[in-house]
Amino acid sequence: MQAIELVNVDAIGEARRQIEICNACRYCESYCAVFPAVHSKRAFSDGDIQQLSNLCHNCRGCYYACQYTAPHEFGLNLPKALAEVRQESWESHTQPGGIAKLFHRSGVSLSLFVVLAAALLVWLIQIAPKSSGEGFYSLMSHNAMVMLFAPAFILPILLILLSLRGYWRTIGGESIRWRHVAGAFGSIAKMKNLSGGHGDGCNFEAEDAFSNRRRLYHQATMYGFLLCFAATSVATLMHYGLDMQAPYGFFSLPKLFGISGGLLLSIGTLGLASLKLKADRGLADARVWGGEMAFVLLLFVVSTSGLALYFLRETSLLNELLALHLGAVLAFFLLMPFSKMVHGFFRLAALIRDEQCKA
Amino acid sequence: MYSAVYNQEADNNMVDLRANYDVIVVGGGNAALCAAISAAEAGARTLILEGAPKAYRGGNSRHTRNFRCMHGEPMAVLTDSYSEQEYFEDLMKVTQGKTDENLAKLAIRSSEECYAWMVEHGVRFQPSLSGTLSLSRTNAFFMGGGKALVNAYYRTAQNLGVDVLYEAQVTHLEREGDRIVSIDVTYQGEQHRLSPRAVVVSSGGFQADVDWLADAWGPAAKNFLIRGTPYNRGVVLKDLIGQELESVGDPTQCHAVAIDGRAPKFDGGIVTRLDCVPFSVVVNKEGQRFYDEGEDVWPKRYAIWGRLVAAQPDQVGYVIIDSKSLELFMPSVFPPIKADTLEELAGKLDLPTVQLQETIDGFNQACTEGHFHPTELDGLATQGLTPPKSNWARPIDTPPYYGYTLRTGVTFTYLGLKVDESAQVQGRTGPIENLWAAGEIMAGSILGQGYLAGFGMTIGTVFGRIAGREAARYASN
Ligand SMILES: Cc1cc2nc3c(=O)[nH]c(=O)nc-3n(C[C@H](O)[C@H](O)[C@H](O)COP(=O)(O)OP(=O)(O)OC[C@H]3O[C@@H](n4cnc5c(N)ncnc54)[C@H](O)[C@@H]3O)c2cc1C
Ligand code: HEM
Ligand code: SF4
Ligand code: SF4
Repeated sequence: MQAIELVNVDAIGEARRQIEICNACRYCESYCAVFPAVHSKRAFSDGDIQQLSNLCHNCRGCYYACQYTAPHEFGLNLPKALAEVRQESWESHTQPGGIAKLFHRSGVSLSLFVVLAAALLVWLIQIAPKSSGEGFYSLMSHNAMVMLFAPAFILPILLILLSLRGYWRTIGGESIRWRHVAGAFGSIAKMKNLSGGHGDGCNFEAEDAFSNRRRLYHQATMYGFLLCFAATSVATLMHYGLDMQAPYGFFSLPKLFGISGGLLLSIGTLGLASLKLKADRGLADARVWGGEMAFVLLLFVVSTSGLALYFLRETSLLNELLALHLGAVLAFFLLMPFSKMVHGFFRLAALIRDEQCKA
Repeated sequence: MYSAVYNQEADNNMVDLRANYDVIVVGGGNAALCAAISAAEAGARTLILEGAPKAYRGGNSRHTRNFRCMHGEPMAVLTDSYSEQEYFEDLMKVTQGKTDENLAKLAIRSSEECYAWMVEHGVRFQPSLSGTLSLSRTNAFFMGGGKALVNAYYRTAQNLGVDVLYEAQVTHLEREGDRIVSIDVTYQGEQHRLSPRAVVVSSGGFQADVDWLADAWGPAAKNFLIRGTPYNRGVVLKDLIGQELESVGDPTQCHAVAIDGRAPKFDGGIVTRLDCVPFSVVVNKEGQRFYDEGEDVWPKRYAIWGRLVAAQPDQVGYVIIDSKSLELFMPSVFPPIKADTLEELAGKLDLPTVQLQETIDGFNQACTEGHFHPTELDGLATQGLTPPKSNWARPIDTPPYYGYTLRTGVTFTYLGLKVDESAQVQGRTGPIENLWAAGEIMAGSILGQGYLAGFGMTIGTVFGRIAGREAARYASN
C-alpha cells in the first residue's frame, strides 16, 4: 500500500482537521455527497479522506456558507483542502508519478508537449506513403492512423485502469454491483453535485452568487467529448465491421456525432476557461491552475481543429489543420493518465464507492 | 427577486455618506437585512450600517441554523403540523409566562408566511440535519446555515439598491423630543453625523461586552465564553436606554449553555456544543459532583448547565465518560482528552486525583442494574447518591476514559427596547416617531426568559419586515 504513503500527509491532515469540524457542525449537509458521507463516520482514515476529496466537486457552496472561514481561527476552506488532497491522490496513484506531477502542475509543459506532437504529425504526414484514400486519408492512410492512435489510446487507458485499481484499494472499495454503477451515472448525468443541492448551481465565478453556468458548460464539455468519442467508435465499427470506408457524408452517424460533439466541446471548454479566469484561485489547488487551464484549452484545440478540418477540408489549409488536429488528439491521448483527464475516472470511482457506502 | 448578478454598487467606497437616506438600518444581521429589504421594496432609499468587517458580517445570525415556523399541514421541509396554539404553549413553558402575548402571537402567526418570503429573497431550506430529528416538525433549517442566509439577503438587498457600509460603528442616536434627529457613526476612523428620515435599530444584544456582563452578573462573567459575534456590544442599546426609552427583559440575565471549555473566547458557534453530559459524571475543579447529569434528555437540559457551571469555582466543569459512551453523542469539535486510567485522566485535566477517584467510586457503587437506553429516559438511576443521577447511570469503569472541560457559553442577553406591534420603539411618554427596532435588541419583549430553539430568527424576520415597511412608510410621508 505504498500509494497511501506517497500522498502528502500534511494535506490529508489538514483536510481531516477541517472535516472533523464539519462533522460537529453539519450545516452544509444538503449541498453535496461529501457531507452525508462525513456524517456517517466519526473517525477518518487516510483512505477515507482521499475518497471524500474525490467526491468533492469543488462547487464551493460550503466555503461561502461557512461561518468559520479565515480570519476565524478555525480557518475553514474545505474546497481547497479537499482539492489539494484530491490532486495528490491522483498523482500518487499514477505511475510514473513524476510525469503526472509535471503535466498536472505545469501548463507550459503540457502546451509544449502538444506542440511537439503536432510537429511529429507534420513530419509523419510528410513521410507517410500517400494513399489513394479520399479527403485527408489521401495525406495519411487509415491504416497508418490506426497504427499510431490505437496504441496511443489503449496504453494510457491501461495506465489509468492501473491507477484506479490502486485507488480502489486505498479507499477499501468492495466488489461492484450494477446498482452502484447506475447510481453513480445517475449523479454524473445531471452533475448533481454541482447543483448546490437546491438546483441553483454552484458558487464559482461571482463569489457567493449561485449559478448553473459552470455545470452547463461542464455538461456541454462532457457530452461533447462523449459524442466525439462515439463518432470515432462508430466509424471504427463501420470500417471494420461493415466494411464502409470513410469519408462519410454529413448525414452519417460519425459525422452527426462528431459535428454536434465538436460544437458542444468547443462551446463548453471556452465557457469553462472563461469562468475559470473569474473564479477565486484560493478555493482550489492553486498549484495546478496552469495545468488545468492548459488541459481545458487542449480540449478546445482538439474540438475546434476537428470542426475546422470538416468545414475547411476543401481548402489549402487541410495539411496544417490535419497536423494540428491529429497532434492535439495524440497529445491528449498520451497525457490522459497524467493530466486533469483523470478527474472523470477518479470521480466516477468515488461516486461508485459512495453508492456502496450508502447501501 | 433573488438574482445571481453581482452588484458592485454597494462596495464601501461607492457609498456617499452625504446622501439623504430615507431609512438607515443599524446592524447587519438577519433582522437588519429583513428590515432593509422591506424598506427598499417599499421604495425607500436605504443604508445599512454594519459594525463588523465584511468577513464577519451578519452578527449572531451567521451562526444560526433554523427558524421556528408555524404551519397547518406538511409544508416544504417541515413535517406534520405545528399550530399557533401549540407554538404559544411551548413559548409559555420556556418563558414561564414572561412574554407579551400580543407580540408573541403576532410573531407566531406571521412565521408561516415568512417561509415563502424567505425563499423569495434567496434563502434555501433543507430537511432537518442529521442528529436533529426532534426539530423536523417545528423548525425549518437553512441550507448551509445562517451565513448562507445572510449572504443571500445581502445580495438581494444590494440588487434592490440598498447601500451597505461595513466597519461602520454607530455610537450615538441623537434624540430630540419624540424624534431621532441624527446618527453618529465611526467609519474608517472618522466620525460622521447622518440624518435619515427614519431609523431601524437591529444591532443585537450586549453579550460581547464582557465588562457589562460582569456588572450585571458578577465577576464570574469574565470567565464566560461568548458563542457568537464579538461585535454585539450593546452600544446602541445602552445609548438609547440612557435617553429614557422604555426597556424590557431582565438586565442581569443572559441565555447561557455549557460548551467545550477549549472553545475560542468569541464566535465558537454551534460546533463547540457538547452532548455527552447525560452519559457522564460531571465534577467541578475540586473533583466533586454538583448536579443530576441525567435529569432529562439533553436538548431540554442544555441551557441550565450554563448556569450550573457558572456557579462552580473558576466557572469550569469536567465531564468524565468511559469508552462505553464515546459513540453515543454527536462528535465534538475538539477530540476528548483520553487516558487509560482515572489517575492519568485526573493528571491531564488537572483535577485532584484522590478526590476524582473517590467521586467516581462513590458514583459507580450507587449505580444499579437495569436497562440502558441512550435515546429515551431509561430510569436507570443511582441509589443513595446526592446529587442523584436519574437516568443513564452506568458505572464509569471501562477504559480508556475520556474527559472534556465545560465552560459557560453566552448566547444572548435579555435586556431590550420595548416596542409595540408595529415594531416602533417606545419612550416613557409614547412612541418615538421615527425609530423602529427589530431582532435581538427588542426580543426581550417576547422572550423574557428561557429560549425556544429557532425563535430568535423568527422574531428577527417578523419584526425586521414590519420595521422596514413602517420606517419606509413614515419616510415617504
Ligand atoms: C451559536 C448560536 C446559534 C444560534 N442558533 C440559532 C438558531 O438556529 N435559530 C435561531 O432562531 N436563533 C439562533 N440563535 C440566536 C440568533 O442568533 C439571534 O436570535 C439572531 O441572530 C438575532 O438576530 P439580530 O439580527 O437581531 O442580531 P445579529 O444577527 O446578532 O446582528 C446584530 C448586528 O448588529 C451589528 N452591530 C452591533 N453593534 C453595532 C453598532 N454599534 N453599530 C453598527 N452595527 C452594530 C453586528 O455587527 C451585527 O451585524 C443562535 C445564537 C448563537 C450565538
Ligand atoms: C465521471 C464523469 C465526470 C465527472 C464526475 C466530472 C466532474 C467534474 C467536476 C466536478 C469538475 C469541476 C471541478 C474540477 O475542476 O475538478 C470538472 C471539471 C472539468 N471537467 Fe469533468 N467530469 C467528468 C467527466 C468529464 C469528461 C468526460 C470531460 C471531457 C473530456 C470533462 C472535462 C472537464 C473539464 C475540461 C473541466 C474543467 C477543468 C477546470 O476548470 O480546471 N469531464 N469535472
Ligand atoms: S464548511 Fe463550515 S458551515 Fe459547512 S459544515 Fe463545515 S464547518 Fe459547518
Ligand atoms: S466544495 Fe461543494 S462539493 Fe466540495 S465539499 Fe464543499 S459543498 Fe461539497
